[in-house]
Amino acid sequence: MSLADTARSMGKAIRTLGVVAALAFGTQAIAAAPAAPVAAAAPVVAAPDSAAPAADAAAATVDKGYYVPMKPTPGKGQPVDKGWTFQDQYSDTGEQALWMHDYLLMPVIVVISLLVLGLLFVVMARFNKRANPVASKTSHNTLIEVVWTLVPVLILVVIAVPSIRLLANQYEPAPKGAVTVKVTGYQWYWGYTYPDNGGFEVISNMLSDADALKAGEPAQLAVDNRMVVPAGEPIRIQTIGSDVIHAFAVPSLWFKLDAVPGRINEKVLIIKEPGLYYGQCSELCGARHGYMPIAVEALPRDKFEAWVKTQPGGTVGPAAETAAAPAAPAPAADAAPAAPAA
Amino acid sequence: MATIPANEGFDAHDHAHDHDHDHKPGFFARWFMSTNHKDIGTLYLIFAIFAGVIGGAVSGIMRAELAQPGIQYLGYFADLLGTANPTFDQQLHLWNVLITAHGLIMVFFMVMPAIIGGFGNWFVPIMIGAPDMAFPRMNNVSFWLTFVGFCSLMMSAFMPGGTGQGAGTGWTVYAPLSTSGSVGPAVDFAIFSLHLSGAGSILGAVNFITTIFNMRAPGMTLHKMPLFVWSVLVTAFLLLLALPVLAAAITMLLTDRNFGTTFFDPAGGGDPVLYQHLFWFFGHPEVYIMILPGFGIISQIISTFSKKPVFGYLGMAYAMVAIGVVGFIVWAHHMYTTGLDVNTKMYFTAATMVIAVPTGIKIFSWIATMWGGSLEFKSPMVWAMGFIFLFTVGGVTGVVLANGGIDDNLHDTYYVVAHFHYVLSLGAVTSLFAGFFYWFPKMSGRMHSEFLSHLQFWVFFVGVNTLFFPMHFLGVQGMPRRYPDYAQAYSYWNEIASYGYVIMAVSILIFFVNMAYAFLAGKKAVANYWGEGATTLEWTLSSPPPFHQFETLPVIDDAAHAH
Repeated sequence: MSLADTARSMGKAIRTLGVVAALAFGTQAIAAAPAAPVAAAAPVVAAPDSAAPAADAAAATVDKGYYVPMKPTPGKGQPVDKGWTFQDQYSDTGEQALWMHDYLLMPVIVVISLLVLGLLFVVMARFNKRANPVASKTSHNTLIEVVWTLVPVLILVVIAVPSIRLLANQYEPAPKGAVTVKVTGYQWYWGYTYPDNGGFEVISNMLSDADALKAGEPAQLAVDNRMVVPAGEPIRIQTIGSDVIHAFAVPSLWFKLDAVPGRINEKVLIIKEPGLYYGQCSELCGARHGYMPIAVEALPRDKFEAWVKTQPGGTVGPAAETAAAPAAPAPAADAAPAAPAA
Repeated sequence: MATIPANEGFDAHDHAHDHDHDHKPGFFARWFMSTNHKDIGTLYLIFAIFAGVIGGAVSGIMRAELAQPGIQYLGYFADLLGTANPTFDQQLHLWNVLITAHGLIMVFFMVMPAIIGGFGNWFVPIMIGAPDMAFPRMNNVSFWLTFVGFCSLMMSAFMPGGTGQGAGTGWTVYAPLSTSGSVGPAVDFAIFSLHLSGAGSILGAVNFITTIFNMRAPGMTLHKMPLFVWSVLVTAFLLLLALPVLAAAITMLLTDRNFGTTFFDPAGGGDPVLYQHLFWFFGHPEVYIMILPGFGIISQIISTFSKKPVFGYLGMAYAMVAIGVVGFIVWAHHMYTTGLDVNTKMYFTAATMVIAVPTGIKIFSWIATMWGGSLEFKSPMVWAMGFIFLFTVGGVTGVVLANGGIDDNLHDTYYVVAHFHYVLSLGAVTSLFAGFFYWFPKMSGRMHSEFLSHLQFWVFFVGVNTLFFPMHFLGVQGMPRRYPDYAQAYSYWNEIASYGYVIMAVSILIFFVNMAYAFLAGKKAVANYWGEGATTLEWTLSSPPPFHQFETLPVIDDAAHAH
C-alpha cells in the first residue's frame, strides 16, 4: 500500500468516524429531551384511574379519618402474565429510565448482538474450508483495530450522557416539607413510620395466598397494611434495617433502596398518579426473604390525610410537622383537611 | 532450570518417545502425592467435573421448585438432608442453602479448578516449553487445599445454620445475615471452606506467575507466548491481588461471629456495607478470573481451526491486561442500591462501561481471526463460535446493568441472574467444553466422538438459552433473585426455564456418554490430531505427552511462532 493509499483510507476512516459520531450525537440530542415526550404521554396514562369507589366519597367525614383499601388495577403496579417488558412506570425518574432503556440501550445492544451473529454467519459462509481452502496469513490491520476501539468508546459516551443525567435526577433531594416515610425492614415484614404525621408505624405483613385471592389481590404480593402515601408530590423515603439487610423495591416506580442496619438511606420518590404498586424485598434476608412483599398505595392528598387520621396518633398539617411529641394529637390540624374532592 | 540433561534419548520434537524413560510412581504416590503438573491437572479436572455434577444437581432441585408457584419439593429434600418433618421456615432455609451451595460450588469448585487448575496446570508449562511448574509440591498442596475446602462446604450443609441446617447466606455471605443472622457452625464451615480454597488459589497463582516468568523455553519471549498463557498470567495476578482481600473480609466475619468484634456490626461502630466493599473488591476481579482463561482457550481454538495466527495478538494480550486492571476499579457496581452517593454511582457507571471496550476488541479480533481463514468446524470450533455469540449476549446486558440509574430497577432481579449466567454458565462453561474437546485427546490419548460432541453442543445451546433467556423477561418484570416462590404472573417464563434445564441436563448426559465412548472405544490420538492450524508446543508432544516432557528444552525460532 502506497503512502497516498494509506492517506486516502485514513481519510475515509476519519469520515466514517465522523458519520458515526454525528449519528451518535444526534441520538444524544434526542436523549437530551426525554422529559418532553414522556410528559406529553402522561395524561393518557392518568385517565383510567377509577379505583376509588363512589361510596368512598360519601362516607368521608371531616373529623375522623376514613379509608377503604384500594383494589388493584390489573396490569398496573404489578407483573403481568407472560410479561417480558418492564412494568409500566408511574414515577418521573421511572419514565425517564424506561425511555433510556427502551430507546437507547435496547437498540444498541440488539444491534451489537445481531452484528456479531451476522459476522459469525458471514465467516461461516465465506471462509469455511470448502469456500476458502487456503487461509490468508493476515494478522494485523492497525486501522480496523483503531476503529473497533474508538467506535465502542463513542457508543459508550452516547450512553453515558443520559445515564449520568438520569442518576442526577434520581438523586434530587426531597424539598422541604415533603412527606417522610421511614421504611424499616424486619425479619420478615416491613414497618412504615410517618415522622411528619405523628410518628405512628404501620406494620405490614404478607397476606396468605387464600386471603390475597379473597381480597382480589395477587398472591405473594398482597399485604395486610399498606404503605399509604400521597400521589403527585415528592415523598422522602428513608430506609433502615432492624436486623439484617433488606431492600425496599417497587418495580413500577423504578425504586430500589437497601435497608441497612445502622444507617439511614434516603431518596425522593414522586408517584405520578394514585394507584396500588407492589414490590418485594430485594436483598437476601433469611428464610422468609420471599415472603415480605411491599404494597404502596398512592392516594390523592385529601384521601391520604383521611387515611393518616385513621392511624393511632396520626396527625395532618403544618402543626403536625412542628410537633415534637408524636404522641400528642394536634387539634389545630383537624381544621385543615378539605372535603374529599372526589 | 537451564541445565539440560544431554544424554536423554529424546528431545522435545521427537514424537516417538521412549516410554521406558517414564518412571511413573505407584498409584497412591502418583495420585495422592503428585508433583507432576499433568497429573495434578487431571486431578483438578476430575474434581471439577465431580463438583460440577453436584452443583448442577443443586440447580436441578432449584429449577424443579421454581417450575411452578408454591413450595413443592423443598420439604422432601430438607427431610432427605436430615431435617425430619421440616417446618415451613426450615424448608425455606433449605432454599437459601441451595442457592448458596450452587454459587459457591460453581465458582470455587467447578469453574476455577477446571479452567485454571485443570487446563492451566496441564498446558501452561507445555505451551511455554517448561518441564513442569516452578513449585511442583506447592502445586499439589493447592489441589488438596481446594479439595478439603470442598469437603468443608459439604459438611456445612449438615450443620445447624440458624433457621435450618446449612449456610443460607448466598455466595456473597453478606453481613449481618452471615453474622448475627445465622447462628450455628454451618456458616463458619462455609467461610472456612473459602479460606482453604482461597489459600489453594493464592498458592496456585504464585506458582503460575513464577513458572511463566522464569521457566519459558529459550526464545519464548513474553510477546510470543500463546494467548492462553497470557490469560492465565493475568488471571494469576488477579487471584494474587484479589483473594487476600476476600480472606481478610471473611476472617473479619469469623471474628465478628465468634470473638466479639464488630467490624460489620453498627452496634459496635462497624458497618455492614464495609463488608460489601471488601467482598466485591474481590468479587469483581473474581468474575474475570473465571472468564479470562476462557478467553485464552477460545483464542487458541479460533486460531487453530481458522489455520491463521490470532488477529491483533498484542491487542488481544493487552486487552486482557486492561480487563484485569479495570476489573479492580469497578466493584461498587454490585452495590448500586446500598445507598452510594450520586458521585460515587456516576463514577462506577462510567468506569464499568469502559470494560466494554477491551471486551469488544476481543470479540472483534476473534471474528477477524476467522476472516480470511479456512474454517474447519471440528467440535472445539463449534463450541468456540457458540461462546462468541453467547458471551456477546451476556456482555451487552452488562452494559445495560452498568448504568446505575437503570440498575435501580434491575438490581437483584432475575435480569442479573440471566446476565451472569450468560457470561459464566454460557460463557465460561462453554469455553470449558471447547477447551475440553480441544485438549481431551491430548490429555487422554483417546479421540472423543466428534458426532456426540457436536450433538452435545446443539442440545446444550438450545437448553441453556431456553433456561436463561426467559430470565431476562422475569427480571424486567421485577421478579427478585433468590426467591423460592413467586407471584402467578411469573409462572410462564419460570416453567419454560425449567424445561430448559432438562434439555441442558440431557446435554451433560451426552457428555458422559461421549467420555465413556472415548475411554472404551475411542481411537488412539496422534500427536497433532487437529492438523496444520495447531502450532503451539503441546502439539509437538505425543498424546498423551510423556510423564516428563521437555527434558531437553525446545528452542523457539522466530519463523515458526511469529505472530
